[in-house]
Amino acid sequence: MNSLLEDIRVLDLTDEKGSLCGRILAEMGADVIKVEKPGGDASRKIGPFYHDEPDPDKSLTWFAYNLNKRGITLDIASNNGWPIFLKLIKKADIVIESFPVGYMQQIGLDYIVLKTINPRIIMTSITPFGQTGPYKDFVASDIVVQAMSGYLHLCGDPDQAPMRISIPQAYLHAGGEAATATMVALYHRENSGEGQYVDVSAQQSMVRNTVNAVPLWLTYGEILERSGAFRVGLGKNLRARQTWACKDGFVNFLFVAGILASVAGSSGLTDWLQEEGIATDYESRLKDFDISKFTQEEWEEMEAPVARLFLKYTKQELFDEGNKRRVSICPVHSPQEVLDYPQLEARGFWTEVRHEELGSSIKYPGSCIRFSEMPAPGLRRAPLIGEHNMEIYRNELGLSAAEISRLQKLNII
Amino acid sequence: MSKLPLEGIKVLDFTWVIAGPLITKCLADYGATVIRVESMARPCFLRVSGPFKDRVVGPDNTTYFAYFNPNKYSASLNLKKPVGLRTARKLADWADIIVENYVPGKLAKLGLDYESVKKTNPDVIMLSTSGQGQTGPMAAIPMTGMILVALTGFMFYSGWPGEDSTQPFGPVNDFVTPSFALPAIMAALRHRKLTGRGQSIDLSQLEAGIQFLAPGMLDYTVNQRQTGNVGNSSPEAAPHGVYPCADSRWCAIAVFSDNEWKAFCTAMDHPDTADDPLFSTFACRKRNEDRLNEMVGQWTIKHTPEHIMQTLQNAGVQAGVVQNSRDVCEDPQLKARNHFWSMKHPVIGDSISFGEPAILSETPAQPLRPAPCLGEHTEFVASEFLNMSEQELIELLSDES
Repeated sequence: MNSLLEDIRVLDLTDEKGSLCGRILAEMGADVIKVEKPGGDASRKIGPFYHDEPDPDKSLTWFAYNLNKRGITLDIASNNGWPIFLKLIKKADIVIESFPVGYMQQIGLDYIVLKTINPRIIMTSITPFGQTGPYKDFVASDIVVQAMSGYLHLCGDPDQAPMRISIPQAYLHAGGEAATATMVALYHRENSGEGQYVDVSAQQSMVRNTVNAVPLWLTYGEILERSGAFRVGLGKNLRARQTWACKDGFVNFLFVAGILASVAGSSGLTDWLQEEGIATDYESRLKDFDISKFTQEEWEEMEAPVARLFLKYTKQELFDEGNKRRVSICPVHSPQEVLDYPQLEARGFWTEVRHEELGSSIKYPGSCIRFSEMPAPGLRRAPLIGEHNMEIYRNELGLSAAEISRLQKLNII
Repeated sequence: MSKLPLEGIKVLDFTWVIAGPLITKCLADYGATVIRVESMARPCFLRVSGPFKDRVVGPDNTTYFAYFNPNKYSASLNLKKPVGLRTARKLADWADIIVENYVPGKLAKLGLDYESVKKTNPDVIMLSTSGQGQTGPMAAIPMTGMILVALTGFMFYSGWPGEDSTQPFGPVNDFVTPSFALPAIMAALRHRKLTGRGQSIDLSQLEAGIQFLAPGMLDYTVNQRQTGNVGNSSPEAAPHGVYPCADSRWCAIAVFSDNEWKAFCTAMDHPDTADDPLFSTFACRKRNEDRLNEMVGQWTIKHTPEHIMQTLQNAGVQAGVVQNSRDVCEDPQLKARNHFWSMKHPVIGDSISFGEPAILSETPAQPLRPAPCLGEHTEFVASEFLNMSEQELIELLSDES
């Protein structure tokens, strides 16, 4: 076996709300066929674009999350398209979709119908809030899901509006959850022969990202607030700096971890401050260290020498020296710095993918799952609109060239 | 109760903090027998982190640990003592799946790495998920959550225009990692069922995190552009962001198409604004985004975020309350989906956790038991799962720490 899921076929009807699910399955070797409406899925309009040319075959977001899939076009809701889709269902193992709740039923392609055609089928639906409940018909893009999950409230600085990570995250979490649940269903099918329906809520897939905010509310009646570059909750009303300015940018360092390390005797930071002549009394200050007793003012006095130390050095110097001294200081990376980071290069993470029609190759983040029983999957660029129509309609479904061209004229494929 | 899809699957859990325990939580939620190996001497960070029941600090009082670890067993083993290590090795032979997030190299020293375990348990599946993977020059650097967030680039994408980057909340990579780890484990388990072969899986949390920033990485590798610090704006939508409401609360709003814009203006009771030349097309709305946001804010500030959400959702416009933890706990949608699980815990009482975000029609995840107390099942595990002799058991329990 060359890949773990080479015997599995997936029909992927999703837009950006579900693309990652199919991408993960494709990475593990499944034959994932993206089924788009004629003209291409709307999510192809999401930027950024290759060389800033807005073109449905040049969306970098589409590229990123549709690697290793094949692609066909089909109007599954049309009278002529519907039976073709059912033919595909007969040979499929998994269907993933992210339409509004009720749409698949409305076009006669809900799980009950698909199950009749193929009792072993697994159908996975990804929606903002799930298939049931009072908000099931609510529409929600990334920022709305992040808001409703409780996560957004915690992001950003306390004196400003909550602020999201500007690259959409919610439906990636949902896609990952969908891949997990779909694989659990597939495993169950191996044992029982039965398929099933998987209902994924994007909101639910992000609630856990609030870390201990829910336990804090339920246990202490405290509502966790955002704290930006600071860590709160370590001591009473204490804000401990976590992002620090250095000579050429910012580093991340949790002072407490440094201090606790010092207290434990393994010490990097104390010695460092001493050697630099920045703070010679740190050792004594740390005697009987108890974070819960510090006032904010006292705490900032503790932080000041560290801030001075960091301003003397670059990100890279702090990272290297910190590693030597076992003080965890880490550069705040830009994309360029991520790309240049030697660890990723050494692991062969970056993967050149050929885009013949663009006359170039693009460097992608490679697969992050490394199996000992499966060679690293080569990455195949995302499908162009209808790229595999002939391959699938003619070679697999046996439609004649004339029939295919008739369906094209009718805008069915 | 319906059947559980992973019933009978034995999982040895050598993980701590969040990423690893989340992975094994999911396996346990679907019915696998998960044994978390813990240490009295060096308990999990979550065991010593609050909140604590009645504010009494203690490894069994923390509702934080309990939130992330239901459905598991806990065996307390001192791996520095021969009997503890012997027991851990027996558990490694017992396991179908081992999940670990030690700093690479540590398990090899204990003879518990994949190559060692494979000798006596040839079809074992072992997933190793460290900060930066099992190989490479930086593999052995210990990583904690926020440090990985900085290294991955998540902080780069969190900032207001013209200001320094700030932090997104929490150890983001910890929540990204299960998205890849769990499908990988399930694929390996299926592979083993079909072929009888186990395997090892190397998953770097840094590499996993980068997948969630892939469009930004491609924008750099293709267009040599790095666009951080855009606040809540979106290249595809305007208005797009978080708007102030009554009582210092907020509502998220996202308007993509011109049709949504018209619906938005009507819902706001300003239908004429739709055709205002300042805002009538998407290009105009982007160009005049500051004025647009100000205008939207003047409307939202007069209402509760619930009112804004309901009004806009009725008009088919994407909007949602920026919920805090209390709102989330009272959210009728999450209630209707039984998102939060409540289980009786011997120390905590009503212990709260959360179900899986996907509902499987035939084999849904189940709350079976609350998170274990530290070492609660050491004896049970040794006698029931390992058939240890009484003498060995006495040695183990007297040496337990």
